Formats: sequence, structure tokens, C-alpha cells
Amino acid sequence: MSTATAPRQSAQAPVDNPLTAGQLPSWVTIAVGVAALAVSALVFTLLDTGGIALIVVGAVVLFLVVMHIISLAVEGSRRAVDRLAKHVVVTMFLLALLPLISVTWTALSHGINRLDPEFFTYSMRNVVGAGGGAAHAVWGTLIITGIATLISVPIGLLTAVYLAEYGRGALARSITFFVDVMTGIPSIVAGLFAYALFTLVFGPGTINGIAGAVALSVLMIPVVVRSTEELLRIVPNELREASYALGVPKWKTIMRIVIPTAVSGIVAGVILALARIMGETAPLMIAAGFTQSMNTNPFSGQMMTLPVFVFDSYARPGIPREPFWDRAWTGSLTLILIVMLLNLAGRFIAKRFAPKTGRK
Amino acid sequence: MSSTAPAAESSAASAGLVPTKPRIGDRVFQGLSTGSGIAILVILALVAAFLVLRAFPALTTDPATLAAQGYGEFWSWVLPLAFGTVWAAIGALVLAVPVAIGIALFISHYAPRRLAQGLGYTIDLLAAVPSVVFGLWGIFVLAPALIPLHVWLTTYVGWFPLFSGQPSGTGRTIFTTSIVLAVMILPIITSLCREVFLQAPNLHEEAALALGATRWEMIRMAVLPFARAGIVSAIMLGLGRALGETMAVALVLSGQNRVDFQVLTAENPNTIAANIALSFPEAYGLRINQLIASGLVLFVITLAVNMLARWIVARRAQYSGAN
Amino acid sequence: MRTIGAPLAVLTATALSLTACAANEGTSAAPAGGDTTAAQTSTLSGTLAGRGASSMSVAQQTWIAGFQTANPGVTVNYSPDGSGAGRESFISGAVGYAGSDRALKDDEMGAGKFAGCTADSNALNLPVYISPIAIIFNVEGVDELQLTPDTVAGIFAGQITNWNDPAIAATNEGVTFPDAAITAVHRSDDSGTTENFTDYLHQAAPSVWTEEADGEWPAGFGGESAQGTAGVVDAVTNGVNTIGYADASQAGSLGVASVESGTEFVGPTAEDAAALVDASPRIEGRPEHDYALELNRTAEGAYPIALLSYALVCETYQDAATAELVKAYMTYMLSDEGQAAAEEAAGSAPLSSTMQQSLQSAVDSIS
Repeated sequence: MSTATAPRQSAQAPVDNPLTAGQLPSWVTIAVGVAALAVSALVFTLLDTGGIALIVVGAVVLFLVVMHIISLAVEGSRRAVDRLAKHVVVTMFLLALLPLISVTWTALSHGINRLDPEFFTYSMRNVVGAGGGAAHAVWGTLIITGIATLISVPIGLLTAVYLAEYGRGALARSITFFVDVMTGIPSIVAGLFAYALFTLVFGPGTINGIAGAVALSVLMIPVVVRSTEELLRIVPNELREASYALGVPKWKTIMRIVIPTAVSGIVAGVILALARIMGETAPLMIAAGFTQSMNTNPFSGQMMTLPVFVFDSYARPGIPREPFWDRAWTGSLTLILIVMLLNLAGRFIAKRFAPKTGRK
Repeated sequence: MSSTAPAAESSAASAGLVPTKPRIGDRVFQGLSTGSGIAILVILALVAAFLVLRAFPALTTDPATLAAQGYGEFWSWVLPLAFGTVWAAIGALVLAVPVAIGIALFISHYAPRRLAQGLGYTIDLLAAVPSVVFGLWGIFVLAPALIPLHVWLTTYVGWFPLFSGQPSGTGRTIFTTSIVLAVMILPIITSLCREVFLQAPNLHEEAALALGATRWEMIRMAVLPFARAGIVSAIMLGLGRALGETMAVALVLSGQNRVDFQVLTAENPNTIAANIALSFPEAYGLRINQLIASGLVLFVITLAVNMLARWIVARRAQYSGAN
Repeated sequence: MRTIGAPLAVLTATALSLTACAANEGTSAAPAGGDTTAAQTSTLSGTLAGRGASSMSVAQQTWIAGFQTANPGVTVNYSPDGSGAGRESFISGAVGYAGSDRALKDDEMGAGKFAGCTADSNALNLPVYISPIAIIFNVEGVDELQLTPDTVAGIFAGQITNWNDPAIAATNEGVTFPDAAITAVHRSDDSGTTENFTDYLHQAAPSVWTEEADGEWPAGFGGESAQGTAGVVDAVTNGVNTIGYADASQAGSLGVASVESGTEFVGPTAEDAAALVDASPRIEGRPEHDYALELNRTAEGAYPIALLSYALVCETYQDAATAELVKAYMTYMLSDEGQAAAEEAAGSAPLSSTMQQSLQSAVDSIS
């Protein structure tokens, strides 16, 4: 420790407060950040190249380099590295907020035009040009993803339990292997598979909500298994052993100890998987079909879904284009809102069931 | 993480403790979970059978016959697409992984405790955006915004082979596509990494801090080694999505059937999934078989990548796990 | 757990169907395959499924809206999954009619090859939708552009790479072109639009455009690509010094080029595109009422780049109810009212009255 403290003492001679000696005051960070942005903006504007993207990149790089040099000079190498890591981590977080804000803003600013009651109560049946809504697509999405979840989550969760708690030998290895394979199924292939399966079993032209749900399940199951298995595995073995030591049966240990310990992560994983399949377009177009009318019976008839609605409104507009355009963005916004609500609901559930740990 | 060690150990523990009478609950539960695993195998067998059956004609038909019908030889057609798929996914990973790990660390170890959870949800919201919306965003916001950057990079950094060539006039390059893909896989990687980082044993972390480690040194010594397997798993999940992403790539990328390492030009290699989506609606006859066979190739690529990841994880097994 | 899932799904679905309804829809539509004995009145009912070309998606939705309004008991669904999917579904009997950007080929035709038709029935190709394809551009300071076929082919083949090329200037006197690279945007997806466009280049400029007509852009010619008509329009709009091809109705505020046809330069108007169809001969050796056309892209004075989409129907349907619905729907499609509605909503070129009459007689022959 003496070697580490030595440079700090020698770095700056006048010491006001021994506890903060050798540390950079917090305003330095802000000052360097502002300066870096200003310099970068000035340089790239004068050169007239690169645009906003380059100004941001330039400012970030400049900030990290300058701060590291200053910190190196004042605080010593270990603290400088620590500070650099902190700044990089914060930068990464802010960087990720850019697309989030941009996407949200784009969807909001375009989608707000048609965010009216008509959009949620009307279908597109007999609607030409302006007006109409996506009630049929909203219901279709809810029904199809609901069924897909009902199929995928039990299978996925139990498979993950099997892999993490029971699995040994050839069966477990092959399941792990094939779950990996399943993550690589292109979404459109899943759609083709469901279409072919239902055509084979129920006759040609069987396109309905269940077929769409089956296609989505093929995509959802591996995501649920992979994320759940990973989380079950990191549940400390001490917990399991403590439970066994008290004479609790294994199944009860899994249900009451292992899964609740990992539940927040599991729910997060399920929600992510759900968010993914909710936005799938290609498989649903093939397996669940396309209609302008309301259909809430998943066992018969084609069903519209929101992503298909959005894609269709965007890609195949009539004239004038604006009403189609507005419907596409409002559909996107609705889809985002639905997934966000699910996300919140999931968090709430996870919080209710998660055990108290040191971190919460 | 070794796949057998914890299970073997726990079963050994229970073998010693379980009383002589069999427990019905245990049997039922084990049966259910085993059954689910087998159900997955069955589903996959069905998908695989379907794929292979439909892909078979494209692989077995004589290349001369294919060429006569205007389809071209299968492998010379699919290899550029396979290259494009991997190329775009690698680009996305290079961009997304450092950012994702950074965010996960920020949320788990840097952000004020009270804010951390909220910030985590914020990033998860990115996952709430459907791929078709990312596609539209890529077309209307990102690609036009990146046109100046394309021009700048080709002008000033053009000596670097990847950035050479005539810059695209619309910004719909593989560079832009990789950014869109990176944004899409970011929440997946972040979410899993964050959970794993949070599970790092508190005692180890506190011990490191008590010994005088800075926060970064504590993370390097106590958190990252513990989380390595989880990180690789998270990356693989992200990669799986990047490889298979269809609609966003189809909307954003200006793709062709070619191998090209320049990332800023108008002519980019297309990806398998996007090509299927683009060509399938108008396809008929052998072209359908050919497209499905390309799906099979995507399968194999994903498989190879996953096996590589499993191998890496297994090699590092001694660092991981809660044992 | 799976066994619990299924009943749960049923329960959820039932619960949902009790509450979900759309404000603009009446009481539940009549079930499929309803009673059609009284088909002569407007009590037509049932569900008709169609599938196929996305190019005429908007026109189909417009026709469906008009037809359903006139016959409230009928539901028509047209899935714009693409011509290939449409033809395949029609052959397998999954749909009552299909939309296709090309007529069935000679070896695809034949009695008994279509599961939805009777064993001795062939299929009919009826051209119901004409859409002129515009060459759109976005070049600063240029509002009008006149191009010869060879110049168009040169630009899209990547041989003419700069806007100040003498070949462009030759047919555009008085226009100053910037010294800027041309970004030529084509469709990245396999499409009937591309097939018609490349067919035009192949017929009109064979010396420059050496490839055959194809729905997929020839890999050797390069250039920028974008998905769908909307994608091309957006790429041309948002890019710089761009040129592309798309349905004329979607050109919006973009510049639209005129192309040389015979001795004059012709723009993508509805009349000139319909003239192309009238000037094109029927393919020989087909059934009496089949109207598969061999488009003549070099017809004097006609706008040569147009997309022609067909409706595929049976001569004789196995299911009489489907035949009744198809006949009624096709009759509406070909009526003045239907053609005018499609022109207004989708920007298609209305069929000429002679063509309308010929096609109507074909529809009357369906049973």
C-alpha cells in the first residue's frame, strides 16, 4: 500500500483536506467534458465534414484521453485506470441512450397523429384511404403472442430446470445442443414450418392464429431456455444444500428456493423473448395470414397482427400516402407501448416473488 | 460453466439424504421437466425434417440443370450470403459487446443504487421496440444521419481497407446495418450480463474492496471472472439474433449477392435471412428449395458459433459457478 | 404443463372473443360456405380467400372494400404475400383466386393441375391491374429529365456513373447537371416491378442491357438497392443525386423522367400505359378466355414501362359457392366503378373499355 500512496502525496504540495488530497475535484470532469464537446464541434464544423455523429464521437474520445492524462498526472496510475473505467462505463450507458431516445422520439412524433380512439376501435374493413384503425391487429397480436407464451414458457422453463437440475448424460447434452441450434432458426423458416405443418395436418390453406402462435413458439422457446438455464445455474449451491439438509424434497427445493431466487432474471428473460416475438413480421405473414377484418378466433380464419399491419401500411401504401404512413407509425407506437406495459407488469410480478437479498 | 458439475454434486448430496420411500412429487416433477426437454427435441426434429426435405432438391439437383433454369450453382450462390450474414453479425457484436458490458457494469456497480433498477428498465425498453420499427428508424433517421460520416470516413480514413471505396449516397450500408443490429442486440446482452454481475458473490467483492482495491480492480478480480460464462452466453444469444434478424436488415441494407469487405459503399453483401425474406414471396419451383437450403446453411453457421462458445465456456469452467 | 396450456388458451380466446369487436364492423359475418341458392340477389354471403402479388395490394383492398360494402354478408381476404406464394396457393387449391405479376407459363397451365378447379378445368389469366412504372430521380436543380432506353440501361447497369455524362445531356438541352456520382437505386426484393423494368431494358436496349428479364436484379450490374416500392421511393428521396424506378402513383414530389418511345418522349400516364396493354398481343395456344399477354415494349407512342398483374381463376370451380363469389367479385373489379376506385386509391391505369368487355365475357364463362 505504501507504494500506492506515495505518488499521491507527492503529486500536489499544498494540502487543504487530507481526505481529498490527490483527488480531482468533481468540477474538472464537467469542465473537461464541456471543453471536449466545444473543441470537437468547432473543429468538425470548421472542416465542414462528418456531421453530428462525428462531433459526438470526437468529443467522447477527446474527453476520455484528456481526463486520463490529467488523472494520471494528479492521481496516479491505479486511480487513473479506475477513473477511466468509470468514464468508459458511463459513456457506454449514455451512448446506448442515444438510439433509445431517437427511436422513441421518431415513433412518438410520427405516431401521435393517429393515437385516437378510432385507431383502437376500428378495423380496416371497408376502409379506403384515411381513417380506420388497428383494433383487429391489436387483438390478433395479443391472442397470438398470448398463445405462443402459454406454449413456450412452461416448456422453456421446465427444460431449463431439467438442464440445470436433473440433466446428465447424452439427453441433456443433446438438448443443450439442439436448443443452441434452435436459436439459429431464421424467423421466416419458423413461419414456413408452421405453415407446412398445418397444411399437412389440417389440409391446404389452413392459415390461422394457432399456426402463427406455433411459429412464434419455435422462436421463443430457445430464448427462454437459454436465459433461464443460465440464471438457474448461478443460484448458489449452498441454498440447495441448506434446503436438502432440512429434508425438503428436490422438486419443492426447485420450486420454492431455486426458481424464486432467480425469478427476476427469468421474468426479464421471458419478457425479452416476448418482446422479440411480438415484433416478428415475416413468420406471421406466412402462418397467420392477412385480413382487414376483426377475427378473434385463433382456430379459424386469418388473423391480422400489429407488425404485419405496420409493415403493410409502410410498404404498400395507396395514394395519398400520408394516412397509411400515420397508421404505420401509430401501429409501431402501439406495439412499443404494449411491450412496455408487459415489461412493467413483469417487473412487478418479479418483485412480488423475488426473495429479499442484500442487493435489493 | 461445466454443465455437469453442479447437477452431479447436488444429486450426490440428495442421494445421501433422500430417505428410502420414493417421493411422488419428485418423480412427477422430474418427469415433467424431462418431458419438456424431449418435447423440444421433437419440435426441432420436425423443423429439421421439414427443412431438410424442402432443401433436398436444391442440393441434389444437377448444377447444370439448375443453371439451365436460371438458378445458378448452389454453393457459389449461398457462400456470399453466408459471408454477409457473418460479416454483419460480427460488425454488430464488435459495436454492441463493449457497450453492453459497460452498461451492465454501470447498472450493477456504478450507478447510484436507487437509480440502478430504473436505468436497467430504460435499457430494456430498447428490447420493446419491434424489429420492423428498427427497420423504419434505420431508413428514416439513422441512414440519412450517417451519410456525412460515410463521406468523411472514405475521404480521410479511406487508406484503411474497410473504409475505402465510393461512399453510398443513401447510407444504407453494412456499416449502418451493423449499428442497427447492435442496437437491437444491446438489451439482450445487457440484460443477461446485468443479472450475472448482480449475482457475483458479495463477499468476494467486499473482500477485494477491503484489501484496498479500487472499484475497477474489484470488478476485474471478483466480478468479471465469475461472470465470464454468463457473458459468453449473453453474447451468443445476441449473436443468434443478429445472425437470424430478418426484417430490419431487409429494410435497411442495400445488399447484393457478393463478397465485399468495404463497409461504406453502395454494394454490400446481403445476409441469408434478409435474402430469404426478400426473395421468398416471388419465389417458385426450385428457387423455394434453394432459399430453404440457404436457411439450412444459416442453421449450420449458428451451430458452429454456438459450439465454439460452449468450448470457450468449458475451457474457463474453473473460474465460474457459485461453488 | 402443455396439457394445461391448451385449455387455458381456449379459455383466453373465448374470453377475448366476447369482448373484442370493431366499431366499424356489424354483427358477426356469415360463416364460410354459406347458402348460395339465392345468389342472384344481393344476399351473397361467405368468405373468399385470395393470395398473391403485393403490387396490387392496395387495389385489391379497395375493390374488397367496395365489394363488401355492396354485399355485407361477404368477407374477402387478400394476402399480399407475393406472386409466387399466390400461384402456389392457387395450384394447391388453398385460395379461390390468386394475384400474380406474370401469367402462368405454358407448362404450368393444363386441365387438372389445379386442386381447386374441377379435373377438366384449366386456369384463366385475366389482366386486371395495370400500373405504370416511373423512373424517379432526386437531383438538385433538375426538374425534368428525358432519357433514351440506352441511357436508362447505361445508368442502371453502372456504365453511366456521373450526372454530367454527355449521353444524359444529349437529350436534355438547357438543363445543367451537377458533377456528381449517380446513385441508381433498384429493388432488393424479387419483384414483378423489377421483372417488368428489366424486360423493358432487355427489349428496348439490348445492346447495353445484356441480361434477360428477371424479378431479381442481376448481380453483375451493382448499384444501390432498397426493399419494396416504398423503400426505393424513400431511398431516392432521402439520398443524394439518386435515381430509381417505382410505381408511378408513389412518386410523390420526386422528379419523374420521360422515356423515348418511337419518336417522342412519353411520361408514365394512365392512358399511355393502358395503350401498351392494348398494343400487346395475346399469347397463342391458350384457352378461349385466357388473356395472358405478350407485352410489346417498343409499341409506338405507348409508355413502355408498366406492370401488368393478373388474377388467376378457374374455368370451373369444384365449389359452386366459391365460383359464385369469384364471379361477383371479378365483375365488380372490372366494372367502371371498380376500375375508377382503384385508379383513385392505388394510382393504377384503368383498363380500356374494349379490354373491360373482353375480360367481362371471360368472367361470365366461369362456372
